[in-house]
Amino acid sequence: MKRFDLERIGLGLAAPVLALIVAALLSSIALVISGNSPLHTFNAMLDYGTQPETVVQTVNKATIYYLSGLAVAIGFRMNLFNIGVDGQYQIAAFFAAVVGGWLLLPGPLLIIVVVLVAIVVGALWAGIAAVLKVTRGVSEVISTIMLNVIGGGIVAYLLDPHRLGTIVGTQQVTTKPMPSDAYLPGIPVSGGEIYGFIVVAIACGIAYWVLLGRTRFGFDLRATGLSETAAVASGVSVRRMVIRTMLISGGVAGLVGMPLLLGSSHAFAQDFPTGYGFSGIAIALLGRNNPIGIALGALLWSFLEQSAQILDLENVPKEIVTIMQGVTVLSVVIAYELVRRFSLAQQQRRVGAELRAAAAPGTPTTGEGSPA
Amino acid sequence: MTSAPAPARDTIAVQLRGITKRFPGVVANRDIDIAVRAGTVHAIVGENGAGKSTLMKILYGMQKPDEGSIEVDGRTVSFSSPADAISAGIGMVHQHFMLADNLTVLENVVLGAEPGGFGRLDFRAARRRILEISDSYGLGVEPDRLLEELGVGDRQRVEILKVLYRGARILILDEPTAVLVPQEVDELFGNLQELKSEGITILFISHKLDEVLAVADEITVVRRGTTVATVLPADVTARRLAELMVGGELPSPETRESTVRPEVVLEVRGLTVRGEEGRPLLDDVSLTIHAGEVLGIAGVEGNGQAELVDAIMGLRPATGTVRLGDRELTELNTRHRREAGIGFIPEDRQRQGLLLEAPLWENRILGHQSQRPNVTGPWIDRAGARADTERIVREYDVRTPGIDVAASALSGGNQQKLIVGREMSGNPVLLLAAHPTRGVDVGAQAQIWDALRTARAEGLAVLLISADLDELIGLSDTIEVILRGRMVGTADPRTVTPEELGSAMTGAGEAAEPAEHGPAGGRHAAGTVAVADREDAGRHLVPGPDPVPPDSGPGADPDLDVPLPGTAGPGLTGTGTTGTGDLANDPDAGGEERP
Amino acid sequence: MTATGLVESMTKASTAAGRRRGIRWPLWLLGISGMLVLVSIVRLITGANDITSSGTTGAALRLAVPIGLAGLGGLWSERSGVVNIGLEGQLILGTWFGAWGAYEFGPWWGVIVGIIGGALGGLVLAIATVSFGVDHIVAGVAITILGGGITRFLSALIFVDTPGGGVTQSPSLPRIGTVTLPGSGVLRDIEEKHWFVVSDVAGILGGLITQISWLTIVAVLLVPLTYLVLWRTKFGLRLRSCGEAPGAAESLGVNVYRMKYTAVILSGGFAGLGGAFLSLVATNIYREGQTNGRGYIGLAAMIFGNWMPGGLALGSGIFGYTDALQLRSGGQSVHALLLLLAIVLGLLAIWSLYRGRRMRAATSVAVAAAALIWFLTSDTVPDEFVGFAPHLTTLLVLALAAQRLRPPAADGKPYRRGEAG
Repeated sequence: MKRFDLERIGLGLAAPVLALIVAALLSSIALVISGNSPLHTFNAMLDYGTQPETVVQTVNKATIYYLSGLAVAIGFRMNLFNIGVDGQYQIAAFFAAVVGGWLLLPGPLLIIVVVLVAIVVGALWAGIAAVLKVTRGVSEVISTIMLNVIGGGIVAYLLDPHRLGTIVGTQQVTTKPMPSDAYLPGIPVSGGEIYGFIVVAIACGIAYWVLLGRTRFGFDLRATGLSETAAVASGVSVRRMVIRTMLISGGVAGLVGMPLLLGSSHAFAQDFPTGYGFSGIAIALLGRNNPIGIALGALLWSFLEQSAQILDLENVPKEIVTIMQGVTVLSVVIAYELVRRFSLAQQQRRVGAELRAAAAPGTPTTGEGSPA
Repeated sequence: MTSAPAPARDTIAVQLRGITKRFPGVVANRDIDIAVRAGTVHAIVGENGAGKSTLMKILYGMQKPDEGSIEVDGRTVSFSSPADAISAGIGMVHQHFMLADNLTVLENVVLGAEPGGFGRLDFRAARRRILEISDSYGLGVEPDRLLEELGVGDRQRVEILKVLYRGARILILDEPTAVLVPQEVDELFGNLQELKSEGITILFISHKLDEVLAVADEITVVRRGTTVATVLPADVTARRLAELMVGGELPSPETRESTVRPEVVLEVRGLTVRGEEGRPLLDDVSLTIHAGEVLGIAGVEGNGQAELVDAIMGLRPATGTVRLGDRELTELNTRHRREAGIGFIPEDRQRQGLLLEAPLWENRILGHQSQRPNVTGPWIDRAGARADTERIVREYDVRTPGIDVAASALSGGNQQKLIVGREMSGNPVLLLAAHPTRGVDVGAQAQIWDALRTARAEGLAVLLISADLDELIGLSDTIEVILRGRMVGTADPRTVTPEELGSAMTGAGEAAEPAEHGPAGGRHAAGTVAVADREDAGRHLVPGPDPVPPDSGPGADPDLDVPLPGTAGPGLTGTGTTGTGDLANDPDAGGEERP
Repeated sequence: MTATGLVESMTKASTAAGRRRGIRWPLWLLGISGMLVLVSIVRLITGANDITSSGTTGAALRLAVPIGLAGLGGLWSERSGVVNIGLEGQLILGTWFGAWGAYEFGPWWGVIVGIIGGALGGLVLAIATVSFGVDHIVAGVAITILGGGITRFLSALIFVDTPGGGVTQSPSLPRIGTVTLPGSGVLRDIEEKHWFVVSDVAGILGGLITQISWLTIVAVLLVPLTYLVLWRTKFGLRLRSCGEAPGAAESLGVNVYRMKYTAVILSGGFAGLGGAFLSLVATNIYREGQTNGRGYIGLAAMIFGNWMPGGLALGSGIFGYTDALQLRSGGQSVHALLLLLAIVLGLLAIWSLYRGRRMRAATSVAVAAAALIWFLTSDTVPDEFVGFAPHLTTLLVLALAAQRLRPPAADGKPYRRGEAG
């Protein structure tokens, strides 16, 4: 049966490679239409993107994206669409920053408390969508999107000098900055510092892999994703799974803002970045919900963004990268679907062939139509 | 259509030559040759999986043959879609109805051939035309009802009307009797004779030999994807046909001797399941199964069997009590019920029994996520699960190159053998088997029957639900009849015939009563009738022209075979043909409402 | 489950609702008048005259149109069995292409170019879902990401060099003409009297006939047109049959792929029109992020409307209204609406109790009490909260209404030719 495994790995790689080639082609067309040379553009990006400083920035951004991708992916595995990672990490980072600014604790302990607060707040915010889904049948796709806007509004309301914010410097409203002994140290490399939080991100990836592949909970989760009816018949309580999975997804989403908060900003200001949640969706799709795939997807996504910074100097609109990203996601999902179908059909054919070869004369092996 | 002149009987309406169709891993059809004479009923018989349905899909343009030619009325045709087939005058009534629940009867009928100009749908013209056809064939179809309100029989009539509406002269009926009880079958055959007399050619697909012999003018036998013979019904017996179909020894579902032990395994009391509008779908059902006993549930589909299984499994809310041995299950969820020792072969294996895209060994875990050897504590025990999957593959003869292939790659029979093996693992005390051999090939069917018999002999209690009456009669120690969610009678499988069961399943005796009152009297419609002469045993695959009553051995437990009082009555035996007319015309009779 | 989960999760109790074919007109009228009286009482108590002013209803109509058009897009697509979560992306494409077309060729060309832009988004979705069988939600999300990417790139390419334009916005755009129907002046006078109910009716009607964009009229007409096409023509029946039972449709010679393609492309066109409306009529500029989730709100309006055009229009009206409040003394108006919410939920609680649904009654009472307390302990609602009023309304409405719905039976399910039966 090793042959099946090898073939599966081969097919698994074929999809992203195919998709990337298509994406590169389509982006090239966009570049040509806009009067630029694709080769020149890609070269400039590659040159700039491989410089040590850019690599550090790429890895740092990828750390954030990785967490976001994991948060989305865990829902995807059971066909639960948590589109609300964006709102979850913002509201989580905000409250975590508030606690970090006000609580008087020794640095390392404070870091742990801040991270825990972020996890809990993210989970609770996602939990609203989960409760609405299981009790009122509201689609999580719509509720999480609405909760993104609502969360943003609440944060904007609370981030006010009269409420939970303070004014630092001239105009910037921010939460009270965390004490410097609660700064999470980075990992120094040539070209800068990598967020210390990358360790947590990697740990999350491993935990994700173990949870899904090696535990009963993970089996129930994947079974629900593959066939809800079969999962129910096997004794899985889908409601409970929805709640649990959404809480986990929201908890991981809560971590998305942490590399930034603990590693560089140390406070939640009005300019705290948004949109990482949506990148996470794209990255989870790119990585096929696989922990290593998501890591590669996050690195690619981040690389495209960082290396595009040079393009303005080359007189190429750096927004070309948003096209590259969009086209990549679309071609990847199509490629995965094609490969999935192909490999299932291939297996059927192979099984049929092997059985016919093995069948002794007179053994019935006919089947009607495609057995699937 | 109805006014079309009857073509001469010796013209060939449909000629198939050398039809071959391959799917990944299987050859569904190989060198099929059939000539259908116009204005006749031509039956195509073959066992499940022989390739009949694929052949009909090809003739109806739903699939393209890889090789071979089709001629309709002497002209070679090539269909790339059903639209082409329709315009050539071919219509098809599918085994699974092709109807949209949320559209009206009218919309379902006219779809794709709507009257009206400039894109407008002329509802008035459509209604008129439908009523016209409905009246001329006595179909009794109401055009403005929403389809989901109709029962099975009405739906079939809508399907037939749909085809007639399109002016079809060649009608394909794919297993039309599968969803009907014997009395409704007679009614259908009456309609077919009428259609035939109007010059319509009918292709009748079935694996039920007595029906075929009764209705067909010519019979073509299909085996393993190819035509093996074309015969006239007068020239063959059911047994000869069965041999042609199977091409070898005939398997039988018969159990040899009773293995029923005194201890009660499952005790259900007052089980009630309500639908969304509060109407009971399962109404105050009580039953008891002993160790080593197979309790068969006979009933027309949609009369509460699915609800019964779901309620016992804890898959839907119900009132009443369920006890397994000395354990109360009523408050437990599905997983805990499984852990208590219930194995479950679900009705729809692809939807409920398998993760089609997951490998076999993960499917071994499904439903047993909390039991060894699949898990240790919260962890999946991959080695344990894999080793046990290998065991199942070996012991239950699951034909697969390995346990890492996806479940979808296996044939239906092998998928089902895997499920049976899985559900027999971990020493269950009770097995719920819903249609355990539906849609599997003969080889697998025999193996599954063997597995059930072996387990029964070891003391397993089995609740068997099947639409295959011969399977029910052959495997069960006791048969309960379910009608409109209630248990309405008990039958002794040693003596009851499929026809008697069929009467009981439709509540034929009470068709004259106002149907709304339902089986209020709780009468037992079927019972131990004297051992019927089983000349019609060839109806399925039961060997021997005059088989010995199967269960006359000494092992029979007399306590369980005592018929309930008042079971055998004139109302039962007298229903034969006289009851059918009432039944078919009363939409509420026959219990064909679906939940 | 895949994309169907979205649908299935909303339809636990669907069959009962399916038989209740439409509420009768008298019931509607009764409901509307009751609501008017309630609103009028609330207005008199709170003095928040803007909750029924012509200015508010005018703005509400303007904001309801893009939501309604997105909803119509969703309706067309889902009636054919394809869940279109990419509406947001198609709306984005509509805003950009509408703006560009208007800037280059004039406002009405902008409308057409906007429709084409959205329709292209629909085409991509159709290719991904119908031809390649990608999960509908995954494909929709991908299209939304792609839509954002394309518009940003195109802005960088085209709008950067225009006066007032840039990477995130267009130059200001030429306007589409408006029309004021006769009677507007009289209504205005009555409205300013602030009489009980009468002035409310005058305000609402006045808003609906004063300075109405021609494009608004077109958009409103698309609602009955959609009904006629989908429920009264051959094409409509075939399209709906693909969403209910594609296997049956195929067996009757309906080209399911073609129907689905048509429906999804039209769906994108509707969303594109909605986008063009946003950039050309609701404002007169394209701005990045302008859609602000209205594609999803449109989808919610469609769900609220039980996959029917009339209900969808009502839903869009509600969302458009809450959206409009932030333009018209939002804090005060939303504050007044808290009282309205408390009263309505209170009534709902009584009704639920009467129907024996205790759980629902308890939830309603709890929310009503919270709204009442909030109303009594404050004078106004913060602007930040006014900003998400439509989104919160969407959540509340779905939570209260999502149970008795009937989506097309095969909505979101993968379909492949020849696999039916």
